[in-house]
Parts: sequence; C-alpha cells; structure tokens
Amino acid sequence: MKLSLTVNGKAQERDVEPRMLLVHFLRETLGLTGTHVGCETTICGACTVHLDGRAVKSCTIFAVQADGRAVTTIEGLASDADHLHPVQKGFWEEHGLQCGYCTPGMIMTTAALLESNPDPSEREIRHAIDGNICRCTGYQQIVNAVQHAAQVGKGRR
Amino acid sequence: MPVRPVSVGERIKRREDPRLIRGLASYTDDLKLHGGLYASFVRSDYAAGRIERIEASRALSRPGVVAVYTFEDLRGTVGRTPCVARPEAGRDAEHPLLADGRVRWVGQPIAVVVAEDRYLARDAALDVAVEISPTPAVVDPRAALAPDAPRVYADHADNIALHVPATGGPEVQKLFAEADGVVRLELLNQRLAPVSMEGRAVLAHWDEGPQRLTLWTSTQVPHLVKQSVAQCLGIAEIRIRVIAPEVGGGFGAKIPVYAEECLLPWISRKLRRPVKWSETRTENLLGTTHGRGHVHEIEAAYRKNGELLALRGRVISDVGAYPSFFGASIATFTPLMMPGCYHPKAIDVEVVCVYTNTMATDAYRGAGRPEAAYTVERVMDEIAAATGLDPVEVRRRNFIPKDAFPFTTATGAIYDSGDYELALAKALERFDYAGARARQAKARAEGRLVGIGVATFTEICGLGPSTGASPIQRTGSWESGVVRVEPTGNVVITTGVSPHGQGQETAFAQLAADAFGIDVNDVEVLHGDTDVVTHGVGTFGSRGLVVGGTAVHMALEKVLAKASRIAAHLLDAKPEQVHFDGESFRVAQSDRKLGFRQVAEAAHLWNVPIPGEEPGLEAVARFEPTGTTFPFGTHFCEVEIDADTGELELIRYVAVDDAGRIVNPLLADGQRLGGIVQGLGQALCEEVVYDESGQLLTATLLDYALPKAQMFPRIELDSTCTPTQLNPLGAKGIGELGTIGSTPCLVSAALDALRPRGVTHLDMPMKPERIWRALQEAAR
Ligand code: FES
Ligand code: FES
Repeated sequence: MKLSLTVNGKAQERDVEPRMLLVHFLRETLGLTGTHVGCETTICGACTVHLDGRAVKSCTIFAVQADGRAVTTIEGLASDADHLHPVQKGFWEEHGLQCGYCTPGMIMTTAALLESNPDPSEREIRHAIDGNICRCTGYQQIVNAVQHAAQVGKGRR
Repeated sequence: MPVRPVSVGERIKRREDPRLIRGLASYTDDLKLHGGLYASFVRSDYAAGRIERIEASRALSRPGVVAVYTFEDLRGTVGRTPCVARPEAGRDAEHPLLADGRVRWVGQPIAVVVAEDRYLARDAALDVAVEISPTPAVVDPRAALAPDAPRVYADHADNIALHVPATGGPEVQKLFAEADGVVRLELLNQRLAPVSMEGRAVLAHWDEGPQRLTLWTSTQVPHLVKQSVAQCLGIAEIRIRVIAPEVGGGFGAKIPVYAEECLLPWISRKLRRPVKWSETRTENLLGTTHGRGHVHEIEAAYRKNGELLALRGRVISDVGAYPSFFGASIATFTPLMMPGCYHPKAIDVEVVCVYTNTMATDAYRGAGRPEAAYTVERVMDEIAAATGLDPVEVRRRNFIPKDAFPFTTATGAIYDSGDYELALAKALERFDYAGARARQAKARAEGRLVGIGVATFTEICGLGPSTGASPIQRTGSWESGVVRVEPTGNVVITTGVSPHGQGQETAFAQLAADAFGIDVNDVEVLHGDTDVVTHGVGTFGSRGLVVGGTAVHMALEKVLAKASRIAAHLLDAKPEQVHFDGESFRVAQSDRKLGFRQVAEAAHLWNVPIPGEEPGLEAVARFEPTGTTFPFGTHFCEVEIDADTGELELIRYVAVDDAGRIVNPLLADGQRLGGIVQGLGQALCEEVVYDESGQLLTATLLDYALPKAQMFPRIELDSTCTPTQLNPLGAKGIGELGTIGSTPCLVSAALDALRPRGVTHLDMPMKPERIWRALQEAAR
C-alpha cells in the first residue's frame, strides 16, 4: 500500500505491507532505531512516538494508519546536540535513565505531558508514565527529570 | 593539595546519556548488515514430550525463506549449550542447541527458520509443523522430589541436579535442645522473570575471507561469550570477536550464554551471510532464564531474649529443565548468606537443586542472596512475634558488633567490614520509627490495617576471588583495565566489565580525570568488544566498580608511576624527588614542574631516550580480589492495606545503605532506587506462573506484572560509609543492595499490618487478591 506521511518534519512516501506496524516502519524502513520495541502489547511504552502531536504507542498501530499524518520520533525531538528538548535535558541532569532502552519512549510520553500540562504534580507525572515501564531506574529519577524540565519551562514563560 | 577539584564523590552527570536521550545509541537489533538474513525460532508448545516429526516443506516453499534447520542438521558439528557450573556426572544433563528428539519445557527451541526479513521469518516459522507426543511433566520442585514424580531426564535416578547435604553437626542439635523456642517457616521465593526492557538479540557475521566471526549480542559478559561460542562451535577463540553494543539491561539474565548465541554464528558460517535474531517479549518470558524459584523449609532456635541460636532446614531450588550457565551453583550462595547481619552459632541447611519442566533459572539481581535475606528477615520477625519483642530490638540484639570485623560467620563467609548499628540508628531516626509506631497504634485503634516493615541485611559483592570460579569458565573472577594515554594527554580506558546502564563510562572517567588532573570529557571509556578489550569477565554481582574499577585504578597508578619517572628525567631530578600534585609533576623544594600533558607528549616523542623506559604511556592491570565485600543496610517502610479489597499501598520507604566509598553518588542513588523498586516488584506483584501441565501463563507483559510508576511513593535515601580494606577504592558494590533489602522489608510491613487480623503468613507476591483471601480465611 502507498503511504505518505511526515516523519520528523520530512515528507516520506513508501510502499508498505498493510500489516506493517508503525514501529517497524520507523525502525526498519526509515532506519530510525531510536524508537524501541519492549513488549509488542502496548504495555511498556518503549515504542512511544508522537502522532500529530499526541503520544501513541507505535507497536500497536499499523504504518498505514499514519497515512497523511505527522510523526515525531525521539530523533526528531532535538535538532542537534546543542539544542536538546527540555525533557531530554531533564533526563540528563537528573539521571533519569540507566540502560536507556525505555528512555526514548519515556521522553516522548513526558514531552507530550508537558505540552498539555506544563506544571504537573508528582502524582500526575507518575500517572502519565504508568504506561511506560522502566526496569532500571525505579522511576524516581524519571519523575525528577520531568520536574526539572517543567521548572525550565516555567523559567521561560 | 590538588589543584583541580576532585570528581570522585561528586554527582557527575553521565557521559553515556547524550546518545541515549537522542535515540542515537545502537542496540543489537538496531544494527543492519548488507545481505543480512533474519532468524525465527520454532519453539515447543509442550513441557515434556517426544518429537515425532518436523515438517518444514511448507515453510521452505515460501519465496524468501532460505533455510530451516533442526537438530539433525547440527548433529556432530556443535557442542552442547554452554554451561560453566555443571552438576556432577549422573546429575548433569545435555542441553542441545535445538531439541534432539525430546522437549523439556515450553519454549524450548526446536527449529530455526532463516529468511530474507523479519516478517517472513516469523510467518514461515508458523508454517513448520512439529508433532510432539506429550509425556507427563513436572512443574513444582517439591512435587519433582517425590519418588514417583515424572523424570525430566529419563536416565536419571531422580530429578535432583545438585545436592549439598546439611553438615549434620551435633552443635545445631544441641542448640535446638537448649533453645527457649523454635520458629518454623516454609517460605516460597517465587520464580521471577528478569525482563530487561531490551530482550536478547544476536547478530552473527561469519566473514569467509579472514575466517572470522563477529558476533554482536546483548550480553553482560562478551569475553565469556567468546570462549563459550568457540568451545561450542569448535572455532578458535582468536577467530571470534564478540561485541556487546548498547545493552538494554540484563539483571543477570544476560550472563548465560544461550543456544541462540551459538546457533546464529553456525547459520552465518553455513550460509555465509549475516543473520540476526531478536526475541519477542513472549520468547523472552519463555526462553530467557528466570530467577529465584526457591522453597525454604527453615527452623530457627531462639532464646526468650530474642537471640537467634541456630538455623536448620532445606533450600529447594528449582533449576528448571536444564543446568543453565551458572545454574545450580546460584543456590549455594543462599545458605552461605543465611546468617545475614546476625551471628547464629550454627547453621545446618542443605541445598537441593531440582529439575522441572520449566525454563531454566539462573542469576537474577542478587542471585541467591535475596532468597537468604528474605528467609532470615522473616525469621527475625517471627522471633519478635513469638517473644513479644520489637522487631527492631530483635535485630539489634543479634547484630554482629562493629568491633568484630573482619568476622567469620557460622557458614564460613568472611565479612570485611560493617557497622550495622550505625545504619540502623540512622534509619530509625530518618523514618521516625517511634512516631510511626505511635501513629500505627492510633490507626489500629481505628481499625485500619497499617504495617511497619524493617529489614537489616547484608550481601556478598565484588566477586572474586577466583577460587570461587568454575574451571570450565577458563577465566577467574578478576578483572582487567587498560589505561592508554595519547600524546595529547587525553586518555582511553578499556575495561573488561561490560556495563549495561550502570554508568561505568562515567565512573571510570572520573577515576582517570582525578588521577591525571584532566577533564572527565578528555577520557574515553571503551568496553564490550573483545577485539578492543584485553581479557575480561563482565558485569554482574556488583563487581563493576569494585573489581573492574580497581583494575582501572591500578593501571592508572602504573601509568602515573611511569609518567613520574619520565618527568623526573626531563626535570633532571631523581624519581623520588618528583611528585604529582594533581596537575603537574613537581620537583620537591624547587619550582621546576611539568604538566601531565607535557609529560604525555614527551613520553611519545621519545627523542631523548630515558634509561630503562620504553616509549609510550600505557598500562594493563588485572585485579584479583583477595576477598568479597559485604555491603549492608537498614530499610524501613510503612504500608496500609484496604481490608475490603486487599489492596496494599506503600506509604513511605526509607533506605539507609552502606556500600563503602562512593565514586558518584548520582549513579549510586540510581542503582539503589532501581534495585529497591525491583525488589519491591517481587514482594508486590511479580511471579512467573506455570500451570500444572507446564504451560506458561505469564507469557506477555499483560500477564507478568511489573512494577509501575504509580505504585510507589518517593523513596528516601540515606547512607553510612564503612569502607572496605579489600580494594584501594574502598568500594563495596551497590547494584544488588536495594533488591536484597526491599523484598523482606515490604513483606515485613504487610504481615505487620495483617497480624492483628490473624494472618501470620503469606507468600509473595502480595497481590490484593491474595491478601483479601488471607483476610477472609483468617476471619473464618
Ligand atoms: S513495544 Fe509498544 S508498548 Fe511495548
Ligand atoms: S533505563 Fe533501562 S529500562 Fe529504563
């Protein structure tokens, strides 16, 4: 099937099998391997990307469902090393990651959270990442990372 | 006085992170080689049975399917699946790379399909028809001990893989006879799935030209993989390069060298094309080693004053269907560590490792120690309940006093250093124990189920010495470190530890930065590549910093010594007159000096030969520890249970740990927090469940419950510092600490909450349904 969409701001047109999952399209077809697969069952959130600005799990939607829409992956969040997204900075500052496998998904989820709720409480942050599993950090430093990003956001306003 | 600020002890943020937070790091499945194929496994649907027929023609007829292999194709060309801790003859078991006519657990690989892409390989794997005549399976390790139990290996006399008998010491009998009371416990330490978020993945490339195999694999131990694959496939180890690229967690399950890691190289050599496989989460839950899986039958003799006199009983360890890499040896840590922070006069605990028709068990964060800590902590609480003493008081009365270190326990472990009283005192204050008990009394009066839990614990870390290593391992428990100074004075470190999230790139860079007075960013730390790294062992058992870091430290000292001699020559001084002040080499009582970078350059220019020295500035060191370290801690928590639903809420958690000297508190806190939550996962929700026929009921993350962010309050950390004398860093290791303390701490709290309602025992995990049932039963 023909598929045209924008990925990280760039128009893409491909012919894909209708059953191809979005995560595989991103990883295998486009080589954007920052989006990870952790469970294939919409539980772990490692595959989270933004679809038209909303955080979605790319392991349980088909690539063709993204037809005509805009996808942002972790690779598209920062233009270069000197222009990290505040959430990326927060993860770095607060040691919000260890093995880093869940991290792209965590960052995409929490970046979307801060879009809709720029000053979340700890409870709200924990609620937002309840669909993202991290086996390494015990979550606390992830919460700190998001709070750090939120603080930066406040300073900016 | 050093000129530069010292980075060791500071919260230095990680140099690993920029690539990871941008999605630019490469894990094994992210790699792609030209002409690469994809492999998919056909796995057993039965826990036990005979393979009658494997029919692959349909799979092979699909365009794009390159090959289907079964055991028959491998026969005679490969060895068994690697294993370093083999049971003795008669109890050992062959574990072929693919099932050789029999299947012994659900998920056992039977055939492998190789195709042009991932989707095709998986489709074709479904086309392979496997006919199995099922035979009776045995799943429960206690049931497997029955004389008439189905045998996992028909040619074995029983299902026992390893039996370490109790010593039968008269001392224990005597102490039990003298005791004021005896506590009896039968405790289940349920099977857990390690679930690293990145599953296992392997990419093999046999390069026919140079006759070399390159193997990318998500492992904790690249050098052990190299040795093992060489043995299994009969390829000289010098023809093999193993690379562990970015590794997305391991937790012990990526120590074993698996059949898949041997099969993919075999396929690549056969087809002369690169081939990749990465496990699905279901494959991970079915076919990557599990952890724990113990039953402890324990009796504890105590005195009225709360003193623990002796322990006796049996540890039954479920090793699953075959002896995995470290396999049965893991459980032998358990009796060794059973004394915990206390000093019972005698221990007489036998170990029985049992085969069952389930996935093999092996190391999982803590490996053998959490099981011991759980049991002895439950014993402490039961003694408290029996004597009417406060659980904290019982622990305190049994502590090994701080002036008794080094201390040899009744089981022969030599504890390096400790001050258990200090950690306890700090935790009591931080938690406000008295206040918490007062609030609990009030809550109880209102009919609320509030519980306070405590665990005081120790663990064994920093493994060596090598006497504990298996000869089949071919390398001991030492670790290597290489420090290479470039002519510019920038530094490359290579280390045999192969971290996967622990942050050693940063910690080791700190060591070098401080040693030479350079910036952390001017140090590169390389690991996880057997062509780049001199021999090494890997990362497990909290040995990264303790053993690997010490090797790096030793190499740094060697380099510094040579640099100092070179500086002395250049400064026209005697070596003993020169000292390094953290930035420059200075001649005593003069203003003559040379910066580190100047010396580095001179060491490479070598236009002035220096007597007795070679050009260059590089050193290799290997550290073989003389003993193991024993970090420790005290954890407290408070829970409240909803009597109507059985739901448990964790209200507070305070951890005071002592891991000796800390190189980077930011990383150390990360290890502790992650460990605590992982241990709480066992206490609260995690369990691998097989049904009676051996079907895995927890084969997806929908069924296997992992800890999630909303389950936890903010965990409060504090620490004490009792350095070890066993290494120059004074570091004790930290990776498993939290896991060991948190499981018993939470169970202690849950039972404390439930005791007034008559519930005195409950096996983990403390799921609402289980708690609710226990409450209903107790009310009857
Ligand atoms: S891989 Fe998509 S949620 Fe886990
Ligand atoms: S950092 Fe390893 S899973 Fe989150």
